[in-house]
Amino acid sequence: MARLTIPAEELMTPGHLGCPGCGATLAMRYLLKGLGPRTMLTVPACCWAVMSGPFPRTCVEVPFLDCAFEATGASIQGLRAGLDARGVKDVTVVGFAGDGGTADIGLQSLSGFLERGVDAIYVMYDNEAYMNTGVQRSGATPWGAWTTTTPEGRTKPQEKKDIMAIVAAHNVPYAATACVAFPEDLVKKVEKARGIRGPRFLHVLAPCPPGWKYAPEETIRLGRLAVDTRVFPLYEVEGGRYTITRKIGKGKPVAEYLAKQGRFGHLTEAEVAEIQRRVDARWAKLEALARTTAEVTP
Amino acid sequence: MQRMLTGNHAQSLAAKLARVQVVAAYPITPQTTIVEGIAEMVAAGEFPCEFLEVESEHSALQACISAAAVGARTYTATSSQGLLLMHELLHWASGLRMPIVMGVVNRAVAPPWSIYADHTDTVAQRDTGWIQYYCESNQEVLDTVLQAYRVAEEFRVMLPAMVMEDAFYLSHTFEPVDAPSAEEVDAFLPPLEMPYALDVDRPARFGSFMAPDAYMEARRNVADGMEASGRVIEDVEREFRERFGRDHGGALPLFACDDADAVLVVSGTAASTARHVAREMRAEGKRVGVAKLRVFRPWPVAAVRALAAKVPRLAVLDRSFTFGFGGALFQEVRNAVQSPRAGPLVRGYVAGLGGRDIVPATIRAIFDDVLAKDGPEVSWVGLQEVTEWPA
Repeated sequence: MARLTIPAEELMTPGHLGCPGCGATLAMRYLLKGLGPRTMLTVPACCWAVMSGPFPRTCVEVPFLDCAFEATGASIQGLRAGLDARGVKDVTVVGFAGDGGTADIGLQSLSGFLERGVDAIYVMYDNEAYMNTGVQRSGATPWGAWTTTTPEGRTKPQEKKDIMAIVAAHNVPYAATACVAFPEDLVKKVEKARGIRGPRFLHVLAPCPPGWKYAPEETIRLGRLAVDTRVFPLYEVEGGRYTITRKIGKGKPVAEYLAKQGRFGHLTEAEVAEIQRRVDARWAKLEALARTTAEVTP
Repeated sequence: MQRMLTGNHAQSLAAKLARVQVVAAYPITPQTTIVEGIAEMVAAGEFPCEFLEVESEHSALQACISAAAVGARTYTATSSQGLLLMHELLHWASGLRMPIVMGVVNRAVAPPWSIYADHTDTVAQRDTGWIQYYCESNQEVLDTVLQAYRVAEEFRVMLPAMVMEDAFYLSHTFEPVDAPSAEEVDAFLPPLEMPYALDVDRPARFGSFMAPDAYMEARRNVADGMEASGRVIEDVEREFRERFGRDHGGALPLFACDDADAVLVVSGTAASTARHVAREMRAEGKRVGVAKLRVFRPWPVAAVRALAAKVPRLAVLDRSFTFGFGGALFQEVRNAVQSPRAGPLVRGYVAGLGGRDIVPATIRAIFDDVLAKDGPEVSWVGLQEVTEWPA
């Protein structure tokens, strides 16, 4: 009989305001399952600032502090310092921010949080654009994707920002990627992060039906494809040691992943081939990192 | 105990005496020696607090807000550009009702770069929901920081407060300061008991989205706190006087105003110069007085109106400039006292920008002008005529 590894306790109640099929709601739900009730969240402007529900309702059963868009890293440190000053040691502080709030406008305070070694967890849920404001390009938007600010004819000409490399460059004790389509892996990484001291970072891919332009029931299938095509590899960085946590041999063709999404509907065959080339190159680099850092002691 | 302190040392010492639990700050001239002073006391083990050396003023204030949200007493300090960078967070702090106290060393804003005294940085924050005190001496700086915690943390108020000192005139100038003992301060300022700190045993959300059916009431709630703070400021100062034997005159301390033909309204260190000149002019038979605007927020409208009721001419000195019509203090004084038929003549004077000294002659020129019958409504005092900019 299969052993259930995901805690049954629900700390996110029904009644959220997310879109049907929203990957970010799953990210929060599994995160809280992995962390338990002695958790304090701080959330900047992002989909989750709205999805939790308007005053006086909230759909998470842990304290939730809204903070300025660009200041999640600082808010985390303030919460941790305030709790420490009051002698509260058994509460895990978590910053929960989108890709724009983390990799773009919040990059400075993220870096400050990492550099100062704050004992807390930072989660970037990545839907690859400014989805709360209606699908505008972010630094985390992938090459070739359509958004309202990179419309057809001028789709994003730059590569997705490698936030994990930026985080890893701060020599943090733990950073990992995860995807809502692999909940056991996601919860396992959350639980692992919870047991480590110092700044920890989780990069969680959260597919977005209206932003990526696909039917809501496809969220899990797309999330699995993102990983199995090697577009979004699952791996951990522990004190400089890279470990691929879902090993994929050849990988499914990226065309399968791209074809399901309206945001890539304009791509030519040559462009799809270019994305495949880039994905293969990134994977090879990741494998090389895993090989060369295998002996590193975290 | 009498000590020789700069205004910045007075800020650091007051934060320590207030038993602040979390300090977050970022260096900027001329504020820097405040945080250096705190860092030294922390390193020496004299000031047990969480000391956060953040990467910007924006993060400094966010960290204070979040630390206050879990019930910690917090302090930060800044100047000029740093305060401008904090602007968004100033609104967050008051909207979330966080009783943070911040020291601000008033410094001109760029461009052009200037590190010298000018109130534009803080006057530009008058609409952010912070209580604003402007100090005239280092003693007043120390005492006001302690008072500010009492006011900010009063349940009816629950708003952040900033305590200003003029760049260099106070921040880097030594003066004798009577520093109260820790026991005396503890008796005046008990530990912070946040009535609604975030707590995992009572989960709640602070700062959530409010629809049009609730937002206005939330803003009104903040406005009520600001309104209530005026009374609390006076009460706290009365108690301070009883305990420490000195006070700083409340929101609008008056000097020689009762029979005055003209009164100068002024804030910060220029008030000392203004009183000196008023004494000299009184000796010459000219009946002039000085009203020091110590508290700019909440706006002490009743005190300003009471003054206006007994004085025929008011001169208002702005050590800042607001693009519009005259300085901000001038606008507010005139708005408070104007009526269609009655009220005093009110004239605005812009002086001392970017650290230009406000000397006795500056004050005298203002008094002479306001006592004359028909000067312009707004004048810049001490302005040099620029015929040619350097090539």
